This record gives sequence, C-alpha cells and structure tokens, in this order.
Amino acid sequence: MGSRGLICGRGASPLPLWMGLREGVANPCGRGKALTSFPFNVFSLQLSLQVSLVSTLLSVLVGLPVAYILARRDFFAKELMEILFTIPLVLPPTVTGYYLVILFGRNGLIGNVIYRATGWSIMFTWYAAVLASFIVSIPLMIRASKAAIESIDTNLINVAYTLGHGEFETAVRVVIPLAKNGIVAGAILSFARGIGEFGATIMLAGNIPGKTDTMPIAIYTLAASGEWTKTHLMVIILTVISGAVIYLSNRFTKRTFF
Amino acid sequence: MSLSVDISKELNGFILDVKWEIGREIGVLFGFSGSGKSLTLKAISGLMTPDEGSIISNGVVLFDSSANISIPVQQRSFGYVFQTLALFPHMKVKDNIGFGAKEKDKRQIRGKVHDLIKLFHLEGLQDKYPSEISGGQKQRVAFARALIGNPSTLLLDEPFSALDNPLRHEMGQLLLYIRKEFDIPIVLVTHDIFEAYTLADKLIVYSNGQIALVGKPSEILKQPVTPELEALLNVKAFVQRLSHLTP
Repeated sequence: MGSRGLICGRGASPLPLWMGLREGVANPCGRGKALTSFPFNVFSLQLSLQVSLVSTLLSVLVGLPVAYILARRDFFAKELMEILFTIPLVLPPTVTGYYLVILFGRNGLIGNVIYRATGWSIMFTWYAAVLASFIVSIPLMIRASKAAIESIDTNLINVAYTLGHGEFETAVRVVIPLAKNGIVAGAILSFARGIGEFGATIMLAGNIPGKTDTMPIAIYTLAASGEWTKTHLMVIILTVISGAVIYLSNRFTKRTFF
Repeated sequence: MSLSVDISKELNGFILDVKWEIGREIGVLFGFSGSGKSLTLKAISGLMTPDEGSIISNGVVLFDSSANISIPVQQRSFGYVFQTLALFPHMKVKDNIGFGAKEKDKRQIRGKVHDLIKLFHLEGLQDKYPSEISGGQKQRVAFARALIGNPSTLLLDEPFSALDNPLRHEMGQLLLYIRKEFDIPIVLVTHDIFEAYTLADKLIVYSNGQIALVGKPSEILKQPVTPELEALLNVKAFVQRLSHLTP
C-alpha cells in the first residue's frame, strides 16, 4: 500500500514512477497508467514539450513582426534592435538567465512591479522555463524569417501596393506566404532550441522535481546522482527529438512549394 | 484622359529632370539603361517620391511638391506591369488577376476575372500557377491583373524584354489591342528601338535623366540627327532592319 501511495501520489516527483517500474509494477494506479510503464522521467519529457511549444508560439507571435520590421524598414536604432534580438544566441545561457533574473526576479525591475501588484512571481514556475526558452530561441525565429522576407522579390511587394493593397494586407497575403518556408524553419529551430534549453532555465526556474525539471535539467540531476540507465535513455530521447526537428527544419528550408 | 509629368529627383548622384505629357495614346519612353525611364514610372506610380514637380492624371493632382500633395501609391489608379512581370508565384492565375480587383464582393470579382480571362485568351489556365504557364501566357496574366482595377493609365516597364522575337511581336499586337479596348494612356518603357518605333504614338527619348527628343516616330526619323542622337537611336541599324523586313 505504501508503495502504491508513493507511486500514485498527486504532484509527486517523477522518481516514484521510475521506482514502480523497477519493482515490476506495470499498472499500479489505473489512472495515468501509461506513465508508469516508461523507465524514464515522463514528467520532464512532457514539461519540455509543453515549455517548447508555448515558447515557440510566443517566438512566432513576437518574432515574425520583428523580423518583418527589420527586413523591410529602415529606422534609427535598427542596428541596436538587431543586436538585442541576436545577442541571446551568442551569450552563455547562464548570462541570459542572469539578465532575466535581474529583470523578472521578485526584486527585479519588472518582476518587482508584478510581485507588488499581484503577490506572484514568475521565478521557479514553469512560466519561467517558457520565458527562458523564449528569450534564447527567438533569435533563431527572427533570423530565419528575416532572411526569408529579405529574399522576396521587392517587385512582388511593389506590385501589390500598385494594385491598391496596404502594407498589412500585402504582408499577410504576399510576404508571409512567400516567406513561409523560412518562417516554418525558424519556428522549428526555435522549438529545438527550447527543448535543449538548460542554462537560462535553471537560473530562472530552478530545478524543482515535478515542477520545473525539464529534460536537460532532469538529465543533469540523474547523471549527477549516478542513475546511468535512466540518463542514457533520456539522452537518447532528447537526441532523437532534436535530430528529427533538424531534419524537419531542413525539409522546409530546401523544399520549394512553387 | 491624359497624364502629365513634370518631375525632378536626385538619386545617388544621378539627376532625373523630365517634363512630358501624353493623351489616350501609347507614349514610349525610350533610351539606354540607366537613363531614368524606370525611375520615372516609379515616380508616377507613387513607389518613389520626386524631390520636386507635379504629376497630374486626368486632372487629378497626384503629386505636387509646391502644394505638398503626395497621394499614396495604393490610392493612385495605375496598372503597373513590371519587367519581371511580378506574378505572385503562390497564387493561381485567377487569383493573380483577382488580386488587382477593387471590388469587395467575391462574386463580382469572379465575374470580372472571368471576363478578363476570356479577353486575354487564358481559358483553361485559371487554376494553374505561374510556374506552369508559358512566357506569353504570363505576360497576358500580368496585363489582365494590371487592368482589372480599371486603371486611369497603364505603366509598362519593359514588359517584353524577356520574350523572344515572334512572341514580342504578338505582345506588341496585344498592346495595340489593349489601347483600342481600354482607351487609356499607356506609358511603355523600352530600350528596343524597333519596339519603340512600331508601337509608339508619341516617342519620348531619354538621355541621361533628361529628355532629348519628343515627337511622333515618323517625325523623329525625318529629323536631322546630331551624332549623339545618332548613337542613341542607332537609326542606321534600325533602317537596315526595316529594309530587311519589308521586301
């Protein structure tokens, strides 16, 4: 009974799931039975996918307009904007994470305002993992989309204007469809980068088992505690996912639709 | 119906300073590459703003630097055909043509697209993509798209330069047909002397951002030409070419 409670406990850390399997309990709980049959940290896999998916969605929503502006407009401070949106690509993620803590921590510039208004802080929540993934992966989204938008024949955009279509309508009906491959490739790369994110996530979201331990963080914890079989399996899963994602991204950048 | 252009523009050291006017006719802007012909079309359409001057189409002031008037490109009523044709590769023929329609009602647009497809002999191609049709067909789609919004003037930036000779001739005939059918001013930019002489009602010869000559092609041929214009127009070669064609 004690073992069953440990395995099926609500919000329990993923460890008991693993123990259940080691003890040969294939279906100890009834509900959520599928989870127990995997000899690795299922929660971390789910969390990583969830975090990456949300951060990719944000990357597309924010990255696409930014890429459009950078590709199509000339303005003061454009250079600075490019640097700001590219720098997370080259900074060590721990440094990016440190900046995020300074900004969004409970005493941070933005975090403090939110905390005082709501009593809530993003630190050590899965939202923090999303924020970290978003910041480190948005440069990939912006760079791929910007290159795709820049490569569109300017006359196609000009002709849309002469036919009476405004900039927004032209962007939606001409620019985005023509830059589709680059945009999709950027989104896929952002997703892959989000799945692999470690440094900024651990600075901002910490390593709370069953709450913020994404795949890379769980792998680090498992390796540190010498659980090699489980580590191996998770490393392989992460590698396969990342490889598949790169394959998909390549398919999109090489494929010509028209 | 008329178009009057009086503009100047300085661009990276190049100075464009031209003044001309055309009615319901084919006005050909002829000259070497880089003489400012395409730049003039860009200014007329509103894709580029001149430094000074005015552009008046059918009595409507589209640009007037002294009165600070500059109507945005979207609100100017021009049909513009680019040298590259600029057909949208992701749209079918019917959607390319329909993209230029001013109507909001989809049924009305479909009707107009249908009419133009018939007029330009594009039947059976409406569901094809530009990559699936021939050069001459692409040309006709580009013309149909430029004309569907009932433009006040048609602006053509070397639209035939990518075609081989027989097709060029066919497109020339198409242009004469468009002039008759739509009865609007047409501005054609070309550096092909043969095209210029055979299609122009009014020939406007550009040289280095300025206008060197204006007149009917036959008048210009009769004029005594300076060595400079001789080089520009290459009249002798043209006359030779003509004599080959007419036995």
